Amino acid sequence: MASSISRRQFVKLSGITAAGFGGASLITACGGKSSSSAGGSSIKVGVMGPYSGDLAQYGLAVRNGAELYVKQVNAAGGINGKQVELSIQDEKGDATEAVNAYNKMAEEGVVGIIGDVTSTPSIAVAQASVADNMPLVSASATAADFIAFGPNAFRACITDPYQGKLMADFAASRGYKTVGTIYNSGGDYEAGVNDAFVKEASAKGITITTQQAYASGDVDFNAPLTSIISTNPDAILSPNYYQDDGKIVTQARALGYKGVFLGADGWSNIVGGKEEYASAADLEGCFYDCSFISEDESDKVQQFIKDYEAEYGSAPTNFCALGYDAAMVMLSAIETVEQAGATEAGSDDYRQAVVDAIASGKVEGVTGSIKYNGTGDPVKPTLVITFEGGSQKVFDTIEAD
Amino acid sequence: MVKETRDPKPYISLGAGGRRGRRPLPMPVRYAINAALVLAFLVVGELLIDGGSISRYQTSVLEQIGIYVIMAVSLNIATGYLGQLPLGHAGFMSVGGYSCAILIMRLQPVFGIALRDFAAPTPAALALFVCGLLFGGAMAALCGLVIGIPALRLKGDYLAIITLGFAEIIRVVMLNVDGLLGVDLTGGAKGLTGIPAYTSFLNTFVVVAISLFLIHTMMKSRHGRAILAIRDNEIAAEATGVNTTYYKTLAFVVSAFFAGIAGGLYAGCIGVMAPAKFGFMKSVEVLVMVVLGGMGSMLGSVLSATVLTILPEALRAFADYRTLAYAVVLIVVMIFRPQGLMGTYDFSLTSWVDRFRNGDLPWKKQKGGEVRADA
Amino acid sequence: MQVTFLTQLLNGLQLGSIYALVALGYTMVYGIILLLNFAHGDIIMIGAYISWIVMSQLGLSPVLAVLLSVLGCTLLGVLIDKVAYAPLRNAPRLSILITAIGVSYLLENGAQLVFGADAKVVPSFIDTTSINVASLQLSPIALLTVAVTAVSTAVLSFLVQRTKLGKAMRAVSEDMGAARLMGINVNTTISFTFAMGSALAGIGAVLYCMAYSQATPTMGVMLGTKAFVAAVLGGIGSIPGAVIGGLLVGFAEVLVSAIGLSVWKDAVVFLLLIIVLIVKPTGILGRTMSEKV
Repeated sequence: MASSISRRQFVKLSGITAAGFGGASLITACGGKSSSSAGGSSIKVGVMGPYSGDLAQYGLAVRNGAELYVKQVNAAGGINGKQVELSIQDEKGDATEAVNAYNKMAEEGVVGIIGDVTSTPSIAVAQASVADNMPLVSASATAADFIAFGPNAFRACITDPYQGKLMADFAASRGYKTVGTIYNSGGDYEAGVNDAFVKEASAKGITITTQQAYASGDVDFNAPLTSIISTNPDAILSPNYYQDDGKIVTQARALGYKGVFLGADGWSNIVGGKEEYASAADLEGCFYDCSFISEDESDKVQQFIKDYEAEYGSAPTNFCALGYDAAMVMLSAIETVEQAGATEAGSDDYRQAVVDAIASGKVEGVTGSIKYNGTGDPVKPTLVITFEGGSQKVFDTIEAD
Repeated sequence: MVKETRDPKPYISLGAGGRRGRRPLPMPVRYAINAALVLAFLVVGELLIDGGSISRYQTSVLEQIGIYVIMAVSLNIATGYLGQLPLGHAGFMSVGGYSCAILIMRLQPVFGIALRDFAAPTPAALALFVCGLLFGGAMAALCGLVIGIPALRLKGDYLAIITLGFAEIIRVVMLNVDGLLGVDLTGGAKGLTGIPAYTSFLNTFVVVAISLFLIHTMMKSRHGRAILAIRDNEIAAEATGVNTTYYKTLAFVVSAFFAGIAGGLYAGCIGVMAPAKFGFMKSVEVLVMVVLGGMGSMLGSVLSATVLTILPEALRAFADYRTLAYAVVLIVVMIFRPQGLMGTYDFSLTSWVDRFRNGDLPWKKQKGGEVRADA
Repeated sequence: MQVTFLTQLLNGLQLGSIYALVALGYTMVYGIILLLNFAHGDIIMIGAYISWIVMSQLGLSPVLAVLLSVLGCTLLGVLIDKVAYAPLRNAPRLSILITAIGVSYLLENGAQLVFGADAKVVPSFIDTTSINVASLQLSPIALLTVAVTAVSTAVLSFLVQRTKLGKAMRAVSEDMGAARLMGINVNTTISFTFAMGSALAGIGAVLYCMAYSQATPTMGVMLGTKAFVAAVLGGIGSIPGAVIGGLLVGFAEVLVSAIGLSVWKDAVVFLLLIIVLIVKPTGILGRTMSEKV
């Protein structure tokens, strides 16, 4: 028999452990509180995203970008003399936690929230926030439904359908006649881009030879790729996240595919980060769209990269830039409201004023100028990126219509 | 050789008949005491929420506690009472959640129920809520039946792996059923969104109380004893005339039914259902609750579900290590205290009242009473 | 058309070989102590990270990466057995099973904390240029995978059937108590089984990295589950059964993907398992075990 201990001992032991944890957390919580109540007249803005768990990379990138912008604003004297204070909550990529985090922030009296990061939690937060009319600016919630519940939700990124359509138009302009697609049907982002691409491409007279869906977590794409390659398409659309895209490109090349790959902004980290997910030779001549790459030569982008590297010691990604811009959209709107004065922070009028200010405002972000045209979807330019001689470069900049 | 070594000592704490000269409380009085306590809890809770002493954030966490209490207690039927290890409990939760939410969303416009009718329930909204939950539970129970009949012919590890597989199939179906049927039912990968917030503190805990009551009475009945007999020794149970297949399936289906109910409440609490969230991880999370509390103890499940739902909220800084801690808890509890915190002990208020009336107080008691000696 | 068909056949063979190799590990452990070692897939994950550290971080040679991965997995497997499973040798089956889930969960989340959730790219071990035979692209990795699996199976069969240790293993699997009475050191035998199963996991990790070149904390979950399905399909405890099961699962997946139903392939694999278990509860090559009281 296993060495057992009695219930009483066990309860005692776990009681002590729990008390230890509780005590420690209380201390840290108190520490956090005392530091946060420092500024007398400050503006509180919420930031939420997944900072632990398997989506942490995206959440942390967005948070870094947003924090950088807020830091710059505060260093320049804040908004109307008031410092901006961030309330940061981890939602672990889970809708339940996101709703809890939202409720907590709403009670803390934030005037707006920069978030959420991934689709399902974002939608949950958007739904929960409608009743409060809480201004939301998401850096990366690309799902169409995010803005469907109320006028208070905005995003700084382009949507899945928009990207799909854009890449289909691009494919048509390149003269591709036949395209096969491979996408993760378990992800709303991938499926969203794919569906929009197929719809627009068919309208433009491109033949979709085959659509191969795969499931989240798949690693072996040989079978669907063999099916696609047997239809001999001019290009293959792979609108997935870079880790999958890397495997897809590598496996397709090993199967002898020589054509072009098209992707969406999920490709952003495929090379140039800590890891190279596909070799330069395999990627040569492929295209994808996104909002930001560090190879962009414009002064605005280079300045952002310099600031970011000085702050965090690493190069910013697409998500960092979008986080920075989301913070910019939110804080510019708050500034407009603060300068108009009159309304009291935390009131219904104040929140409505911020929502109105976002809707009518325009900012010059790192990812291009962002304005809103009556919906929560931004009107902003998009970059088409290509791979050339082992590095990425901007192939074209497509202005929003 | 397949050994089903079980602790030979009785799992049920000795009831009223165990001691000499007891005058048990009459049954109606016992029920009345418990009902009054539940009512008091609900009234106090509701008053505190209305008065603003419990914030919206806390209310939402309370609702989630209620949901996980049902999840843990229902898994306990299959794990603690039946002695099997299904690893697909989250699958039933998702079936219940989707079914309930879809039914309510489809019927809501038909009956002309507005969103705010759920907040202060009109009779029609209330009826729809009850129908939705029952439908969710029934669909989950149906899945439980479909899974249970083949799975329960196998035992132990095979059952675990089959239920894991079925939960995976459920997830794949939820993800792809729209394309198959050609109608917009589950919303595929983007999930089901815009679910009305029909879950509230009051209705969650009414459902919790009813569920616990039903499970408790079932386990104390003839059927419950048959299930326990199967756990303790399946062959002996069969030899004494227990229809093992029937009772195993029954326990499994009831377990799935209540998971479905919990799923229905969850959908209304969060407002979004996405298939990815009901994978193996969630099943393990619920399993940790049951194992930690004590397999076979309802009180243990309730307590550990409560603690494990509050803990991550209270310790947000601890988030990175939470899942790691779950793993360590599973291993350590299994090695050092396989019966869990509470073992199979179940708290019964009325039996305590009984004791006081009989002057049978713990500090007067001699050895060998209700607390089972540990191995 | 024919080329496509042959390529798909090869895809199935490669995938099936990896499943078979992992399934062998499951079968060994299950055969001897009736434990569904949930952590087996995660041992493979650790092996993949070892390869990544050795080659990508330390820049050492692929040969060293293979050796260290196999060695690391072997030690990890034995360690897990000693720490987590050995104290529960006589505990109810449910307890050991839950412990195994706990170990698996611990390894996954531990890896996520240490390495992060982002996939790590393992550099290629060998030259991956395809060989072109009659317009058929033969990937050297696929050929190597099939060959390594075949050799491993042969070696394992030899060990179990022909050596003294193999005899001891079979005796322990037959009846632990009687084996002990016959003077067999049961604990050593079990440790050795774990070592062998985990070494196979190490080889599997290397082959996996060659084929898919990425290591993630959760990569072992689906791989492990499918391989277990394969082991059960073939008849758990049987070495040829594991290979047949693995190939069956591999071909089934590729077939389903090839007809354009990729998303349903997990469902099909589990459905296959359920059907086989209902028709023949001990699997294709499994022995019928009568239940003793």
